[in-house]
Amino acid sequence: MSAIVLLVVGLTAMALGYFVYSKFIAEKIYQLDPDFKTPAHEFEDGVDYVPTNRFVLWGHHFTSVAGAAPIVGPAIAVIWGWAPAFLWVVFGTIFFAGIHDFGAIWASVRNKAKSVGALTGDVVGKRARSIFMIVIFLVLLMVNAVFAVVIAGLMMNFSSAVVPVWGAIIVALIIGQLIYRRVLSLPLVSIIGVAALYVLIGIGPSVPIQMPAEVAGMSGNAVWILILFGYAAIASLLPVWMLLQPRDYINGLQLFIGLIILYGALVLLNPTLVAPAFNSDVPAGTPSLIPLLFVTIACGAISGFHGLVSSGTTSKQLNKETDARFVGYFGAVGEGMLALAAILAATAGFATLGDWQAMYSAFGQGGVNAFVEGGAFIIHNGLGLPEVTAATLLTVMAALFAGTTMDTGLRLQRYIFQEWGDIYNQQWMKKPAIATGLAVGSCLLLAFGAGGADGSGGLIIWPLFGTTNQLLAGLTLLVITVMLVRLKRPMWYTLAPLCFLLVMTILALLIQLRTFWNQGNMFLLVLDIVVLVAAIMVAMECAAALKRSRAEMAAQHD
Amino acid sequence: MRDGSTPGSSSRRDKLRAWLDQARFFTEEVYSARYRGAIARARRDEDDLFMLLVFSEMMGLENPAGYYTLELQPLLLERFHDWHQRMGMEHSPLDHFRCC
Repeated sequence: MSAIVLLVVGLTAMALGYFVYSKFIAEKIYQLDPDFKTPAHEFEDGVDYVPTNRFVLWGHHFTSVAGAAPIVGPAIAVIWGWAPAFLWVVFGTIFFAGIHDFGAIWASVRNKAKSVGALTGDVVGKRARSIFMIVIFLVLLMVNAVFAVVIAGLMMNFSSAVVPVWGAIIVALIIGQLIYRRVLSLPLVSIIGVAALYVLIGIGPSVPIQMPAEVAGMSGNAVWILILFGYAAIASLLPVWMLLQPRDYINGLQLFIGLIILYGALVLLNPTLVAPAFNSDVPAGTPSLIPLLFVTIACGAISGFHGLVSSGTTSKQLNKETDARFVGYFGAVGEGMLALAAILAATAGFATLGDWQAMYSAFGQGGVNAFVEGGAFIIHNGLGLPEVTAATLLTVMAALFAGTTMDTGLRLQRYIFQEWGDIYNQQWMKKPAIATGLAVGSCLLLAFGAGGADGSGGLIIWPLFGTTNQLLAGLTLLVITVMLVRLKRPMWYTLAPLCFLLVMTILALLIQLRTFWNQGNMFLLVLDIVVLVAAIMVAMECAAALKRSRAEMAAQHD
Repeated sequence: MRDGSTPGSSSRRDKLRAWLDQARFFTEEVYSARYRGAIARARRDEDDLFMLLVFSEMMGLENPAGYYTLELQPLLLERFHDWHQRMGMEHSPLDHFRCC
């Protein structure tokens, strides 16, 4: 089948989702009011609460939620064939992610721009809030460990990208200074920054850096993981304006350029999907499609992480309540487009079915490497760019995203440790350096504990990361549903996705539990049990909270 | 006849300038929107330390730059109230320096 057909079908469906379904939700379910005074106006302080132009806010929201995860997840999940991944991404974006992200902004805006965590405490109950904190910590722990493994793998496989990936950090440091000291105007700095990044990508292939297979008794992969955590620890301690802010900005620009290049090459080349629609010949050891597909692709279909962004910064800057639909729902559509590009690259970017099968030789293989190689094949044949340059470009895109997420993730984990230090009155734990050390230590334990000394097995926890992320999404959907019940509005549009997510998550956890038990991997077995307990508690909270709210409503009615 | 003063070219130049201003506004908003809060808080922390320096002599701390910081006190008066409240003191901590 032609990749363009799939592209057009996917984009049309998502466009319909935005123009028809989200309009219905905005008018009938969330009932957005253009005259509602949003927190950005009510508490305007020029710092956190600032009414912001909706296009700017969308750009900021989209680049905050889009990262490496919508690339990695779909690129792993196409092992079952392109159709399941495609259908889940498209329907997930329309009926799950869009409603979730949009709803999180709405719920937060209607509650003084509180975060989902605080809202869980207010709307559902204190117990739910405690579960929420634990789930957030687990998500951060896993995201940092997984992304370190992903970047390390990229560094080992694509040595041409080492110089541009690390060079990009220097570029970011320089433009951060240029902007901070107001040396040049921003549009000019943006052009210089992107140009410098592309020069680095251009020269990358001529100066490849290959980490030796073994350094001081450790595998090259393990050394990269240690270097990455060293970097992330330092980066997360620096003031945000110095590195994180300019890096994020350049990443955002690079995301748009990368997407345009990839989609443009796809349209010009019109490759054929070499992968089967449904793979009946999956490698031995591949788990069952249901339920694992729904946790392998979290970002790109639905991700609890988005709720944190929606209710954390976006809701404080929303100019008009009606903008929530564009910012939230269309933000999810943007992420769906990125996931769609990853699916197309990982299924149409190979010359023959044999090549594709060689890439997907086992579950967890392929992934981001398939995205880079497949995407490079498409860009090379579609736009005529040398294949190694195209591969470098996509590697840089994925690695920069994952790197920024690690920086932000470690920062947030540090805050959690500092908060615990505050709660339990442990002064030493409140020191930034020590809290960062604890965060890095726990992530390293997971990265190496999950897959042995070379750290290469860290991707085993990818589906576990997905389940935790879905639990977070479930809690956000629960908050929205309870609010809808109290407002006496139809609740099925959020309750149905919530039930589906919880069932799939718990099933996936049970299946993985058996796998880890059979493998004798006690570390992951314990982690799985922790997440499973959290999942069951979330499910029980859901039932209890809904029953309570309905009883309250019935009592009011009488 | 003045060069370039034809109505067409000047309006085009105005349009270009307006467009560039718009571009600058958008890029600056995109750059700063996400981190506005974090940066403002970091700046406030630095300012708090500076306030302590300026008002240190009044609290009995030796300040070698006292002669100069004295001059700054009236300028920082507006921020004084917010500062002492942020530092956990409901009223002005200084006997000779009342503010609320």
